[in-house]
Amino acid sequence: MKKSYRIIVLAKQVPDTRNVGKDAMKADGTVNRAVLPAIFNPEDLNALEQALRIKDRFPGSHITMLTMGPPRAAEIIREGLYRGADDGYLLTDRAFAGSDTLATSYALSRAILKIGDFDLILAGRQAIDGDTAQVGPQVAEKLKIAQVSYAEEILEIKKEKVTVKRRLEKGVEIVEAPTPLLITVTGSAPACRPRNAKLIMKYKRATTLSERQGISEDYISIYNDRPFLNLPEWNVTDIDADPAQLGLSGSPTKVKKIENVVFQAKEAKVLQDSDADINWLMKELITNHTLG
Amino acid sequence: MNNLFVICEMDNGHVADISLELITKGHKLAGELGCSVEALVMGHGLKGVEKELFAYGADTVWLADDKRLEHYTSLPYTSIAKGLFEEEKPQIALLGATSFGRDLGPRVSSALHSGLTADCTALEIGEHTDKKKGKTYKNLLLQIRPAFGGNIIATIINPENKPQMATVREGVMKKEKCREPRKGEVKKVDVDKYIQPGDMVVKVLERHMEESKIDLKGASVIVSGGYGVGSRENFDLLYELAEVIGAEVGASRAAVDAGFADHDRQIGQTGVTVRPKLYIACGISGQVQHLAGMQESAMIISVNNDPNAPINQIADYAIIGEIESVIPKMIKYYKENSK
Repeated sequence: MKKSYRIIVLAKQVPDTRNVGKDAMKADGTVNRAVLPAIFNPEDLNALEQALRIKDRFPGSHITMLTMGPPRAAEIIREGLYRGADDGYLLTDRAFAGSDTLATSYALSRAILKIGDFDLILAGRQAIDGDTAQVGPQVAEKLKIAQVSYAEEILEIKKEKVTVKRRLEKGVEIVEAPTPLLITVTGSAPACRPRNAKLIMKYKRATTLSERQGISEDYISIYNDRPFLNLPEWNVTDIDADPAQLGLSGSPTKVKKIENVVFQAKEAKVLQDSDADINWLMKELITNHTLG
Repeated sequence: MNNLFVICEMDNGHVADISLELITKGHKLAGELGCSVEALVMGHGLKGVEKELFAYGADTVWLADDKRLEHYTSLPYTSIAKGLFEEEKPQIALLGATSFGRDLGPRVSSALHSGLTADCTALEIGEHTDKKKGKTYKNLLLQIRPAFGGNIIATIINPENKPQMATVREGVMKKEKCREPRKGEVKKVDVDKYIQPGDMVVKVLERHMEESKIDLKGASVIVSGGYGVGSRENFDLLYELAEVIGAEVGASRAAVDAGFADHDRQIGQTGVTVRPKLYIACGISGQVQHLAGMQESAMIISVNNDPNAPINQIADYAIIGEIESVIPKMIKYYKENSK
């Protein structure tokens, strides 16, 4: 039996679209990202948990976080380290900005090739800012490896065979797939474990070079003494990517128009919680054959 | 060549509703474009499925019928769609935004390097002018979808890359048979030509599919509950009303997340889209995510203790009151006065 696995977890920092208040939209109809808290995409946390469970079962397994975003997305790597990941990379470059799912998957696949050897890639099924569920399968295709989407649980790993339970609209499917394999995990999978206090102590100073801009010289030495506190940032050149396939211009899909959601307001007839009002309404519904 | 393709999905030996919805829509779009509609069906034991597809508007049905395709797995299905599309060069390719379409669609788009828009709720044909390039693109597929948790509606285009690919949410488009009886052409797909060595590595060991007994899409009256219902027990009142008036019970995401109702009753952007004759929204505040899934109901009654709940903006009747008090009154009147 294989003793350990190399796992890459794809994770994204997203605006929390689940609790959008009135000030979330600007007057011009664009999203006011400043008021939306940036969070670890929820299903990516489910994916991380599945990775950590493999590491629990096969000590010596190695978990690498990979995220793409602005410099502040380094937070995602730290959140991974606090829970038991071993290292991580931040893909950050202005040239990535505006990438659609295809351009994003191209960038991620280049980074994965640079990381090198892996058995499993785990990712959330979809991110809550776009809800597309496309990046996982698109990465798998770029890497020419098999994929299992909608995974709820990794049931078993034996040597190079992985057994996965998938949660579909109408039921459950158990599939067996070989490594190397990309798995996307759904929100019905077990929630991720909390941060570990010891790991927070260990990694709380883990930063990228750009996050360390302007800090005092006295601190710099700790990054030489403890190289694991240095979170690598990769740009387009670092991953040998073709800039023509990245960013807005490298994305086949373009946003033509954005509109605020406005529902046609009707003049609702307001009724009170009285026998008279409710009986009147029910009579209307029966008379005009809406009911019965 | 350059036609509109629908990659169809099979459900228990029949073409899935979502695929027929797409054929119906595709037939309309193809009429505007002056092209034909081609359906690609992959699976095993597909004899006869073409009849249904022709009736809804397909002109050509490609059948990839092979024992190895009995259960969907990503790799062989991708190889077939990719191979066929490279030869047929469709201008548009549509799939359902189901676990099938959302697994296969991105894989095919990645292989063909074409753009894919997920979860569209409307598709139109239109043009686009790129001011920077000074170029106007005619007859583009305008792919309209909610984004940012339903707070904005985006129109997406793929001006340069073909096929223009989109997945479409179940139930938002109507399936409708063509008025005239139609005949089309069946073409057999040479599966061996496309399947690559190594495509059959993923094995389906077990499948437990349940026919859901809940039919929200087909219900003409829906009693739906939100977080304001307060508890699973209070939801029983909704079931009772639904039983009496012959309705199905739905729920908002907040109610499902709170454990008041099961996931398969969820209506809204991340759930089912419904358009019943009557929608009774109980304790639903009316977040855009929910409204997106029920705004096309013919009549909306809101029962809410908050007169300012956003749901009242789109309701025909807003009953201001507590569920525990209003619903029993409705049940009582209906029991006494219906035939």
